[in-house]
Amino acid sequence: MFETLTGRLNQIFDQLRKRGKLSEADVDIAMREVRLALLEADVHFSVVKTFIARVRERAIGAEVSRALNPGQQVIKIVNDELIATLGEPAPLNLTGAKPRVIMLVGLQGSGKTTQAGKLARMLRSKGERVMLVAGDPYRPAAIQQLQQLGERLDVPVESDTTLTPPELAKRAVDKAEKGGFGVVIIDTAGRSQLDSELMNELKAIVANVVLVDTLLVIDSMIGQEALNIAIGFRDAIGITGLILTKMDGDSRGGAAISVRSVTGVPIKFIGTGEKLDALEVYDPSRLASRILGMGDMIGLIERAEAAFDSESAQKSTEKLMKGQFSLDDWLDQMKQMKKMGPLSQIMEMLPGQMGQAARGIDPNDIEKNFKTTEAIINSMTRKERRDPDILNASRRRRIAAGAGMDVQDVNKLIKQFREMQKMMKMFQKSGMKGMGKMFG
Amino acid sequence: MAEFLSRWRAGLAKTSKTTFGRIATLLGATEITRATWDELEDLLIQADLGIETTTEVLDSLQRLTRSSGWTQSSELYSALRQELRSRLDIPPAVVFSNKPAVIMMVGVNGAGKTTTIAKLAQRFLNEKKTLLFGAADTFRAGAVDQLQVWGDRLGVDVIAGAPESDPGAVAFNAIQAGIARGVDIILIDTAGRLHTRFNLMEELKKVHRVIGKASPDAPHAVWLILDASTGQNALPQARAFKEAVGVTGVILSKLDSSARGGMAFAIQHELGLPILFAGLGEKPEDLTPFDPDAFVEGILGN
Repeated sequence: MFETLTGRLNQIFDQLRKRGKLSEADVDIAMREVRLALLEADVHFSVVKTFIARVRERAIGAEVSRALNPGQQVIKIVNDELIATLGEPAPLNLTGAKPRVIMLVGLQGSGKTTQAGKLARMLRSKGERVMLVAGDPYRPAAIQQLQQLGERLDVPVESDTTLTPPELAKRAVDKAEKGGFGVVIIDTAGRSQLDSELMNELKAIVANVVLVDTLLVIDSMIGQEALNIAIGFRDAIGITGLILTKMDGDSRGGAAISVRSVTGVPIKFIGTGEKLDALEVYDPSRLASRILGMGDMIGLIERAEAAFDSESAQKSTEKLMKGQFSLDDWLDQMKQMKKMGPLSQIMEMLPGQMGQAARGIDPNDIEKNFKTTEAIINSMTRKERRDPDILNASRRRRIAAGAGMDVQDVNKLIKQFREMQKMMKMFQKSGMKGMGKMFG
Repeated sequence: MAEFLSRWRAGLAKTSKTTFGRIATLLGATEITRATWDELEDLLIQADLGIETTTEVLDSLQRLTRSSGWTQSSELYSALRQELRSRLDIPPAVVFSNKPAVIMMVGVNGAGKTTTIAKLAQRFLNEKKTLLFGAADTFRAGAVDQLQVWGDRLGVDVIAGAPESDPGAVAFNAIQAGIARGVDIILIDTAGRLHTRFNLMEELKKVHRVIGKASPDAPHAVWLILDASTGQNALPQARAFKEAVGVTGVILSKLDSSARGGMAFAIQHELGLPILFAGLGEKPEDLTPFDPDAFVEGILGN
């Protein structure tokens, strides 16, 4: 169930071990797996069907290149098709007469107000004069939320609960025009696409002001309904772009495929956190890998970067390269590793053979191992940590007692450490070339 | 029961129309064919039941079809309903022996925690309980104000701290105040957080621990608010919150949207967490105890 698509396809094709053209039967077996992967990623079932049909056609008779095995070949076609469906990212449509008006729409809780703040911050840092409009008079304190964001960013927020949102939008845009503002961002109340009263309200805003962008804000964790929601908003008011939020979670984000396939509008940004700078331009190939469950190496690297204290990381790398890696450094590394989050999650982000190997390991075992290692190293004196050679039997007994372990545990750890040092020396000689093979 | 069903139906009315025709045609007076199973699968997938649950349900139905010798698809309907229904428990009654009872509300961003607290409060007030809110979401802009507005509307006092202050301290103060005032129930709102954010989950664990220090055995309930439109990520979400702070029950919010909330099956099945309430509208009285029968009707769009 939780194996990666690559793993499952390789397993299937391992039995076939055919070269040359992919047969119809091979492809059909593969397509079943691709279908499951996409459904598990929350892509709408009808979108999955048409997608599979398209990929199947391309895959049958496709020449298997010498560099790829059949499983990889199918993955490549699926991946290419996904990337094509996801499309290129697009910037905001900041054209035409000022002020350029952007409106954010979507369901309750999708993250409209937060993204409004992020967009305002981004535009402001580019030197635009930005105005925010608090168009959600319904949710308690939604206006205060936007006002507080505006204060932090030093961006004015227009609000007036005596006006309807369409009236407020009109007045704000007029005011922005007189005041020489470059961009107006209208935040709206969350609503279901089935709520005709509130959808009419959006239509009235569209009729009242000239918009350069109407962005649908979609929670990346959303399930099958993403499709109907996108259709609902598209048909009622027209959508010109998407923002996919909460991408810092571990959802696969297949909704992006559903929404893209019915609206055809570009994904403009992804939201990757609660802070106001957590708005990124999305990368179609990264998102495609994520949807296929092929691991997210870039995400993993970013997570590592966020957790690692770069200074100490650099120091330990330097030591490592000089062969001076000590037990203290090991302890340090483990602590930073822990900061990246639960191991089970990190392991899910690993691609290819590394990921498969990792899935055979119980993360709890490793975490337990972490704890014993930590306890043992913590029971050593500074001198012992720098120079494990001095660890004679009596020292080892003392350390074991201090850590609440057996002497064997201490011996095992020292042995492990020696092996690590040996490996480091090997890397030093061969450089990082050997690493490539691990990312199958 | 009838009243529940009708409210539930009203909440789901808009969504029902879309699939009613479909399942009626699908399970009409036609022969069971391969296509029947394919379409049933689509229907369950579309309701966000997920591949695993869907496969289990269909396997069970296929076994039953073989053993019963059914040939008409109309015969499948009640079996399907029963199969789905058997996978859900009637939620246990929400009663607290402790006074004050402390309820901690957790969930990802935008799940609807604060709104749900207001609805729960209305419910408890109707039962003549005295309440206190602890505004331990000190992070999101406007979060404290949001709870304060509800507190004002419902006549419930709110204990809050300064913005960006320690949420554990706010929870601690709220419980102390609740004890001093002799209230029946203290509802602690926490900041929304993605379950993958290590530090934020650690912070939540700390709030949980601090609540235990303020009052032994507390919190007496930890409720996870889950947006009904969430897809397959609902399960890892619920699992992570359960592991971190021992979630005792789930509230399915926004079930009046077009989403059907099919992930409830996997959450009940794999994590053994009861679904306690469902949010079926904007108004405070639109939070009703979870009704498995009505829920299954909603899944089937009937």
